[in-house]
Amino acid sequence: MTEQNIDYFETQYITFCEPPDELVLKSGEKLGPITLAYETYGKLNKDKSNAIMIYHALSGDAHAAGYHKGTKKPGWWINMIGPGKAFDTDKYFVICSNILGSCMGTTGPSSINPKTNQPYGLSFPVVTIEDMVAAQKYLLDHLGIKKLLCGAGGSMGGSQALRWAVEYPDYIHSVISIATNTRHSAQQIALQEVARQAIMSDPDWQEGNYYGKSIPARGLALARMIGHITYMSETSMEEKFGRKLISKERLGYDFSTDFEVESYLKYRGDSFVQRFDANSYLYISKALDYFDLAEDGKLKDAFAPAKAHFLIVSFSSDWLYPSHQSKSMVKALKANDLDVSDIEISSTYGHDAFLVGVEGLSEIIRHFLTRMSKTYAHARK
Amino acid sequence: MPENKNKTQISRLDHKLIVDFVDLNSKVLDLGCGDGTLLSLLIDRKNCHGTGIEIDEKAIYKCVANGLTVSHGDIDSGLMDFSNKRFDYVILNESLQQVLNPRRVILEALRVGKKVIVGIPNFCHSRARFQLFFMGRVPVTKELPYQWYDTPNLRFLSLKDFRCFCRENGITILKEIGIMGMKKVFFWPNLFSNVGIYLLEK
Repeated sequence: MTEQNIDYFETQYITFCEPPDELVLKSGEKLGPITLAYETYGKLNKDKSNAIMIYHALSGDAHAAGYHKGTKKPGWWINMIGPGKAFDTDKYFVICSNILGSCMGTTGPSSINPKTNQPYGLSFPVVTIEDMVAAQKYLLDHLGIKKLLCGAGGSMGGSQALRWAVEYPDYIHSVISIATNTRHSAQQIALQEVARQAIMSDPDWQEGNYYGKSIPARGLALARMIGHITYMSETSMEEKFGRKLISKERLGYDFSTDFEVESYLKYRGDSFVQRFDANSYLYISKALDYFDLAEDGKLKDAFAPAKAHFLIVSFSSDWLYPSHQSKSMVKALKANDLDVSDIEISSTYGHDAFLVGVEGLSEIIRHFLTRMSKTYAHARK
Repeated sequence: MPENKNKTQISRLDHKLIVDFVDLNSKVLDLGCGDGTLLSLLIDRKNCHGTGIEIDEKAIYKCVANGLTVSHGDIDSGLMDFSNKRFDYVILNESLQQVLNPRRVILEALRVGKKVIVGIPNFCHSRARFQLFFMGRVPVTKELPYQWYDTPNLRFLSLKDFRCFCRENGITILKEIGIMGMKKVFFWPNLFSNVGIYLLEK
């Protein structure tokens, strides 16, 4: 890649909900002011009808595509967003905002509480998917966009897309929900809880009051290691690592690192600690566990307010968000006479399939968006 | 629909007959829609609102590329998601003989659709009967090209069998057309057609 054809982008920020107009959260607590980090790619057209909002997953950020000046790290969905890609920035205006509770520029537990001039820590209120979506709506209003052509995301990003469809049905024309579900199952909650316990049992965690001191690095790294196991499939791990040893010829017969997979997980854990805040991990994972579109009622009724066209994608080897969960979502959408397409893409990548740029995923999104542009133009006539 | 639109000829007679059966602006569900050729025709010619159900992942990509709404799943379980009389027509063309429980599928199709269109291969047309009778072999013909060991077909029926089935299940046959290749069969359709197309109601 030559220097001149690299697209550089900058993270932008908006601040809203200044006291006394704080955001009333689902828990009933108030939060404000709120700063939201976001990036945009492509150009908003004249009638503002080509806007697509991308929702990121647990550890994501606003930097979804392109590059930042001075860094080599591409956006987390660079294989999907850009000129000529599935989310074609020659055609669409793509927005990605960082979620509430994160540590990547948006207000979260590591932000300074203006009332105390100290980081919030655990005094930060528990936020939910609903609250994240409410904050994104402020951004949409700020950008002067009346309606999204599409809201799209994978994993927790998919939860946000579904929430948009029922919370703001008049503001979203279509939804792409990838490798997600409408509520966390007991297994998913259990895995998250183990990750949370890993953080909270690190002596450096200090009830979340570790800012300016030594951070709970071991706990957070361990949480990430657990996460990475759940993002891969048995096959993808076998293909990537097998039983390969790391920088040794034979087993050590001690407790040092023997296998490549061990070293990989350690590396992933340690590098995560460099960029992510442990408290944010706790808050966001809790938001995922609290998410339940049906709220103990019927899923069919939960989707009743929705008007959007839906594309629901799952992956055959994803055991964290298995296909049958997507299927029950499709069932509920169909029962509401909504326009829904769905596909289970064969892939060995496990839950990670939505990030690695599986060929079928790009293709299906590209064509779905072409149809959505037409139906949206038709609806506006 | 603008009449001056340049439209290609419909290359298959079964597709042409099904398109003729369907009223303008109908809501249509195509069960086992394949790459969506028939659905696209119905949208193009009859301004239909179409949805497909298809089991083959590769065919799903083609459907979506053709701008269709399509669901990835099998016919046997794909119908119960829909509310009563949600569609004007439910189509089962060349797919009924491959489902596990055809009776339940047809009755479910009649629940979610006001009318049902069924296209079935006739396992008792003259050529098949000839092979069976004179050669003592299970028929393998142009229309039924499968050997016994690799056929996707689970059900073997004739037009007559299908009529009996409809009578026994209280299903009204509104139209029956037998076809052989690119021609309609008017004389002894159960002997001379290789395909039967039905318009049903309950």
